[in-house]
Amino acid sequence: MKYYTYFPGCSAEATAIGLGLSVQAIAKPLDMELIELEDWTCCGSTPYGSLDELESICVAARNLALAEKTGLDLVTPCSSCFITLYQADIKLKDHPQLMLQINEALAVANLEYHGNLRVRHLTEVLVNDITPEVITTKVKRPLNGLKVAPYYGCQLVRPDYGFDNPEFPQSLDRLVECLGAEAVPFPLKNRCCGGSLIIPEEDLALGLLRKLLDNALENGAQCIVTPCPLCQTNLDAYQSRVNSKFKTHYHLPVLFITQLIGLALGIDPESLGLNTNLVSPSEVLDYIYNYINYITTH
Amino acid sequence: MDVGEVTRFAQDLDGVVIARDYKFMCSDPGQELIKQDIKELGLNRVVVASCSPTMHEATFRRACQETGINPYLFEMANIREHCSWVTEDKKEATEKAKALVSAAVRRVYYHEPLETREVPINPNTLVVGGGIAGIQAALKIADSEHKVYLVEQSPSIGGHMAQLDKTFPTLDCSACILTPKMTLVGSHPYIELLTYSEVEEVSGYIGNFKVKIRKKARYVDEDRCTGCGLCITKCPWKVDSEFDAGLGKRKAIYTPFPQAVPNIPVIDTEHCAYFLKGTCRACEKVCEAEAIDFEQQDKIVEVEVGSIIVATGFQVFDPTPIYQYGYGRLDNVITSLEFERLVNSAGPTDGEIVLKDGSHPESIAIIHCVGSRDEKYHEYCSRVCCMHSMKFAHLIKEHAEADVYEFYIDIRSFGKGYEEFYNRILSEGTIFIRGRPAEVTNIAETPEEAGKLIVQFEDTLAGLQRRLPVDMVILSCALEAQADAEKTARLFNISRSADGFFLEKHPKLDPVATMTDGIFIAGCCQGPKDIPDTVAQASAAAAEVLAMISKGRVEIEAATAIIDERICTGCQACLLVCPYSAIDFDEEKKVCRVNEALCKGCGACVSGCPSDAINLKHYTNEQIVAEMEGALV
Amino acid sequence: MENLVEEVAATPGGENIRACIQCGVCTGTCPVAGEMEYPPRKIIALIRAEMRDEVLSSSSMWYCLSCYMCTVRCPRGVKPTELAHALESLATEHGFRIKRTRTPAMYRSFVNSIRGNGRVHELGMMLRFYLSIMPDLLANPLATIKMLPLGLKLWLHKRMPLLPKKVEGKEDLSRIIQRFREVRGAQ
Repeated sequence: MKYYTYFPGCSAEATAIGLGLSVQAIAKPLDMELIELEDWTCCGSTPYGSLDELESICVAARNLALAEKTGLDLVTPCSSCFITLYQADIKLKDHPQLMLQINEALAVANLEYHGNLRVRHLTEVLVNDITPEVITTKVKRPLNGLKVAPYYGCQLVRPDYGFDNPEFPQSLDRLVECLGAEAVPFPLKNRCCGGSLIIPEEDLALGLLRKLLDNALENGAQCIVTPCPLCQTNLDAYQSRVNSKFKTHYHLPVLFITQLIGLALGIDPESLGLNTNLVSPSEVLDYIYNYINYITTH
Repeated sequence: MDVGEVTRFAQDLDGVVIARDYKFMCSDPGQELIKQDIKELGLNRVVVASCSPTMHEATFRRACQETGINPYLFEMANIREHCSWVTEDKKEATEKAKALVSAAVRRVYYHEPLETREVPINPNTLVVGGGIAGIQAALKIADSEHKVYLVEQSPSIGGHMAQLDKTFPTLDCSACILTPKMTLVGSHPYIELLTYSEVEEVSGYIGNFKVKIRKKARYVDEDRCTGCGLCITKCPWKVDSEFDAGLGKRKAIYTPFPQAVPNIPVIDTEHCAYFLKGTCRACEKVCEAEAIDFEQQDKIVEVEVGSIIVATGFQVFDPTPIYQYGYGRLDNVITSLEFERLVNSAGPTDGEIVLKDGSHPESIAIIHCVGSRDEKYHEYCSRVCCMHSMKFAHLIKEHAEADVYEFYIDIRSFGKGYEEFYNRILSEGTIFIRGRPAEVTNIAETPEEAGKLIVQFEDTLAGLQRRLPVDMVILSCALEAQADAEKTARLFNISRSADGFFLEKHPKLDPVATMTDGIFIAGCCQGPKDIPDTVAQASAAAAEVLAMISKGRVEIEAATAIIDERICTGCQACLLVCPYSAIDFDEEKKVCRVNEALCKGCGACVSGCPSDAINLKHYTNEQIVAEMEGALV
Repeated sequence: MENLVEEVAATPGGENIRACIQCGVCTGTCPVAGEMEYPPRKIIALIRAEMRDEVLSSSSMWYCLSCYMCTVRCPRGVKPTELAHALESLATEHGFRIKRTRTPAMYRSFVNSIRGNGRVHELGMMLRFYLSIMPDLLANPLATIKMLPLGLKLWLHKRMPLLPKKVEGKEDLSRIIQRFREVRGAQ
């Protein structure tokens, strides 16, 4: 049993509820105990860092201090939370002067950060700690070669954390393949989905999303999987907006990698929050559950 | 620092008769001051507190000698490089200088007079590497009627220059200017050419090196082979040709290129059917001179030389790790060396510029600085790529009707005729775009881009992000140190600089010597450079060697180790630790003895001896302890 | 008066600005370079030219997606993404009004949601955002109305909780931020 302190991130209980549910659902079967960080607050993310860099480190530091007390690694499924917490941690470790200032502020809540924490992304934990080989042994419902386009997005692989190749990442492909699915070649798999700019600059982001959907379909994908809540929301919830803007007819289900893993582990779709996906994943579910039927009717 | 204060301090030290300060002590008047004081005051020890001994120790030692004092009764305190140049606070520097002076004064009390020895120099030379640098150096020395051993790893001399098509800026055909020199080397009475050979062991010291060279078995008898080439024609086994940068094929028995010197083939045992399965033997059957010898063995040749010139050259950076440029992943993305072979009329396509499918490209992009000027790969600039990239543009215009686009950050056309060459290329219609490309992709975004390679970049001068569809992309790759440079450096006991190339003794004033006396470097193994500079360095190294040979003798360090045989227990720890094999074990007396001729005074044995039986002349325990006391008190 | 290059280099994120050789890989790579008035390379050139007002009032850095592709490809270690964040912080600190983009307004709504709730309450944040850009919305009523179906769908799919979650640490966070501002102000 591997123990971790779990940082869900604000969206895991709201827009990305599917992520929150599926992460909880697959933890036990994969021998992971994810203990939610008590009383966590938002990490700050890009917007806070853009408005006030130093104050955003302070906001992140509260979570780091709380997590440090548990003595376990801090794991988050959200790419944005990961990069914010990870970089705040590094900045504090590299700048003792800043660390002193932050600790003075944290003192009002009886907290202190000493720099003894490892911040990790759930995907990295799945690949390095749990490992694809072990996941394969726990697969109850192999995915029959389902064609999946693994979408990394940006902040899982960049800047270079030493986890995966920023230009040509492979970790998600390996996770997909270990479930019995086929990871299709997807040249734009590490290109930006538009991120948080989907709200203030929607047209711009829709253009980027369109390129991604096109590229995935061109390579024969039946669905896209991604680890990041923002990427999933953009690709899934805004797919209809892409269609209305560009007069296209995309209907490509976008799943969280944890949802796909859950399906392969034999967990029912509702526990994985698959009913919250806006682009219905029914065809994918059909393919997985009624494979013979699917093949004969398609 | 306050020099006056240091001088006054020195005057008060024990044993100091006179302390003076003078602005340029190393100048003639400065030296005169010293000499006069020695004569008038009857001095028998001299300390100069100034710059580093590497600068002027020899100068002051000479001054002492000229006045009748043994030069080893002189000591220098480095209060410049070790003190004023590295200390920010004046007071701190002054205090430190006082400590250094005090240390030197106490130490010099214990100095003993020593005599330097001279040893004769072996007039033979070893040149390692048969590229243009090695060839040039070998010829210059051999022409003075002194013997040269030229060792080359591959089956023929010629190096990378033999692979080039035309050379910038004159557009001379590379092989045409190189092969006459190669032929001279091959037939020169004073050059012993050892190709398909590698240096295995080097021992000794300046003027007296012993080198073991492994002559790898060619499986062809050199004395019998006539170079007719029939074996090559008949051999049925094809292998990717290294000389053609993998674009063409050679046989399992081969010479790298038609003008090879020596023109004696070599059997590649990793691809020869006889060596793999025991079959074929076609070459043996057709050879009229009966020169094929499958039983041939490697031979170890031992030579004695007085100096060594290392000219092992460079290798081309492999751009595969730069995923976004698509080398190895996308068709028609090639390196600079591959293009040289492509455009060469003696190359795999007879000089026709063709794409992988055999068709002719209509547009070609040349990307500069691939692997150079990049903190992820090599920070340095590879110096020659701007020029050869422009040369490519010219050759493309000559051989084909294609549009050429050069993607650069800066244009470095520094040499004689180089800027004029740039003007010429501009006038020929090549488009220069200032912008390092972000990526080369085959994912088309418009119909015009379909089926092409698209270069995405910012045209920084126009201030626009652009995509340009082309048929072929040439990556002008960095020149980097050879993969086995570490091994070579250890073999010859030379250092490497941070960029991986061999380290010269002084970047401005001694570019071909190394910190190891008697061993020189020349050409691209010292750093990327073009052919004119390579030839100049090779001639420079040859001149340094000839100067040594001309003098005929060299002074040997007087500071050698001496073993007190009364204390020595014969444990031989010193023998094991000596990097110069300068210690012998006397079987009869069961003690170790230092061979003064070989000893370089490194001190390893002194610290290694468990019985404290070894002392190093001019670095005795007494002297060192006195120095420490002087610094601390 | 400090020059602009020094000021940027002293801001966290802008440290490596001096290393830039203006090669253009960052701009060549940037997925939104076409939208930026002054894409990364150009903005560094303008900083070197001391064009403070043009740079800090520019909407350019607010388009940065933080995709970090430029950072991965820069041959000099300049980190343009962090530079963009540094410029955004400087612009906010000095009270520049940014035209042409709604991103600063959205970021402010996001941050205010954190300060008010401890975590981002998405519905609350969106409402704050729309309120802050009300003039713009009223000018384009149709575009605004078109957003409603998506909001409804998200709510129906249980992805848009109406009320914020109760976060115990909210008070602590406020006090920590308050203290940090005092500590920083004293420097």
